[in-house]
Amino acid sequence: MKLTGAEILCESLTKLGVRDLFGYPGGAILPVYDALGKSKLHHVLVRHEQGATHMADGYARASGEVGVAMATSGPGATNMVTGIATAMLDSSPVVCITGQVSSKLLGSDAFQEIDITGITMPITKHNVIVSRAEDIARTMREAFVIANTGRPGPVLVDITKDAQQASAEFDWEAATPKLPVKRKQKNFDQAEFDRAVELLNTAKRPLILAGHGIMVSGAMKTFAEFVKSANIPVAMTLLGIGCFPANEKLNLGMMGMHGEAWVNHAIQEADLLIAVGMRFDDRVTGDLRTYAKTARKIHIEIDRSEINKNVAVDAALVGDAREVLESLLPHIATREHGDWLARIAEMKGDSAVRDIQSLPDNGHLYAAHVINDIWKATNGEAIVVTDVGQHQMWEAQYYHHNAPRSLITSGGLGTMGFALPAAIGAKFAKRDAEVWVVVGDGGFQMTMCELATIVQEKINIKIAIVNNGFLGMVRQWQEFFYDKRYVATPLVAPDFAALANAFGIRGERVSNRTDSINTIRAAREYPESVLIDFRVEQEDSVYPMVPAGKGLHEMIRRPNNPLVETATEP
Amino acid sequence: MQTLVAYVENKPGVLNRVASLARRLAINIDSLTVGPTDNDQIARMTIVAHTDAKGGHRLEASLEKLVDVLLAENVSERSLLERDLALIKVRADQQNRPHLMELIKVFRGRVVDVAPDSLIIEVSGTVDKIDGLIEVLRPFGVLEMARSGRISMTRGGDLLQPPPQDVPQSATV
Repeated sequence: MKLTGAEILCESLTKLGVRDLFGYPGGAILPVYDALGKSKLHHVLVRHEQGATHMADGYARASGEVGVAMATSGPGATNMVTGIATAMLDSSPVVCITGQVSSKLLGSDAFQEIDITGITMPITKHNVIVSRAEDIARTMREAFVIANTGRPGPVLVDITKDAQQASAEFDWEAATPKLPVKRKQKNFDQAEFDRAVELLNTAKRPLILAGHGIMVSGAMKTFAEFVKSANIPVAMTLLGIGCFPANEKLNLGMMGMHGEAWVNHAIQEADLLIAVGMRFDDRVTGDLRTYAKTARKIHIEIDRSEINKNVAVDAALVGDAREVLESLLPHIATREHGDWLARIAEMKGDSAVRDIQSLPDNGHLYAAHVINDIWKATNGEAIVVTDVGQHQMWEAQYYHHNAPRSLITSGGLGTMGFALPAAIGAKFAKRDAEVWVVVGDGGFQMTMCELATIVQEKINIKIAIVNNGFLGMVRQWQEFFYDKRYVATPLVAPDFAALANAFGIRGERVSNRTDSINTIRAAREYPESVLIDFRVEQEDSVYPMVPAGKGLHEMIRRPNNPLVETATEP
Repeated sequence: MQTLVAYVENKPGVLNRVASLARRLAINIDSLTVGPTDNDQIARMTIVAHTDAKGGHRLEASLEKLVDVLLAENVSERSLLERDLALIKVRADQQNRPHLMELIKVFRGRVVDVAPDSLIIEVSGTVDKIDGLIEVLRPFGVLEMARSGRISMTRGGDLLQPPPQDVPQSATV
């Protein structure tokens, strides 16, 4: 069957199981849009191409399937760069399709021509330029394989306009991927495996560091079995949240810069760390010279280049988390670790009294309360999509996720403006799920144009703006490390509720604790999207905090606020 | 200094990806040579990089993550044959020419071009040997020099071969 390149692209996407894609048209991709109109694919028109990539990313993270974003050449393509880098740093399977000028014009600085494969080389898992219609089907199949196998990542396919317009035979069966055959790596030898088992079965103070890789490999069930049979407590990275239910006794919570104090102390006191699908990011380790000095380390990781990159390990089990955990399971001796768990409980007790949740209502609204209210109102069952900054950390601390893929956030790149578009993508991936955006007043203003996309697509998501009138996390750093010189962090914002109304979305404003839960409940009842502007305490900080470059045990703790102390009195 | 051998897809942009990766890891490349293999789809690279063993491991493991790299191996610790080729144009007049010829012979170089005021010498061997020859030629006046960069091969039965490419691939995606 002869089809144009553009039709082949649409057919290929359909055959690859794509239902929705996110994009913005333009000259060099117009033939594809013409074909899209005749296909069964649902195209979501975004308001900025960065939004398209974040939506594809949110779609991918919520579903585990490849998310697809589309843009034209030149500025359309360059606008995707931040979204591609976000997906790269968080290993998210995204395929970006860009139009390119005709192959005859390549290199001539034609209108809207840019070398997007050159630009995105370091921020994609792979990219490719296609200039023949007959190569499109095979290339798309290869792109999907690359994006979502091994350690996932973004793939960019740049298709010249003449390739979109030319006709070629469409033969799906013949267009099998022809990827280069790589050398088979030996993942680990028996001695390495035996060493890991020996360490696991003899440790007195073991701790598991659970990362995003567990979700990616679909290892949740195996992981839970592993944790319970070994009876080892679990600390999670930000992106690992959800891989093991928060309501499990052995789940200690988040580690790192804004991790729970008892978790960070437990890492420093442990005699064995078992890192699964995580990469010892600097936000997790703090100062490497003082990191987990007393602990031996086992690293279970699919990416060989992560082994010994930041932290030297005693046993490295390179491979898919699920497969490695499955092979370890039969060798695990059930042990009590009674003293160790008691020690952790003791540290936890000390922290609980400092918790802001113990603060009585003093007429002020704190972000932690708002997030805790959202958690309570949604029974912890919503998909929560967060941006970057203080609210992101509070969400990680006060929304207790029990299900995998229920927290979607920009971890590695820390991209402000991620939340709103990523939530739209997540909603398309999980149409029946309740989706909440938790976003700061700064990040929201970066991509708030996507409110129009919500309205045009008639989707139902709830947006909670944690509005403190500051670029809060930067303000916090200025408070702690720059003597409260608040340069460029006080932030003027529009009336968000009125802004929402202008877009055709219901808007609310909450500025005290009593209204919070009721407004959240009412928003959940409302059948369409609702935006709630939570006017929270302006100069609250996220605690604990490990200052950059300090050891994990050198945390700044919540100051002894007299109100907090009052709250802990019997 | 770390030496890596890599087999890569012989197509446009692959050299760029390899070089870009080293740049991203802040590893300075001392020499990088690319040449064909007996399979015209595959090229072989020898990469000599200014880094320590840890950097060598990172470069190796990161290179293998590139889709177009079929195999990358840090061979720095292995028994290795290394060769560099140099063409050196040196000033030569009637008086010093016999002396120059003697020196070239000691280094097993060859004179491949003769002009009234200069010679071009071709020499191959280890980097040290070529550096040695250049040192003794310097007093005569080295006018121009071109060096190929290193190519390396592990000795004896220690084979580094590209993985066979004719394996059928899954048609499921």
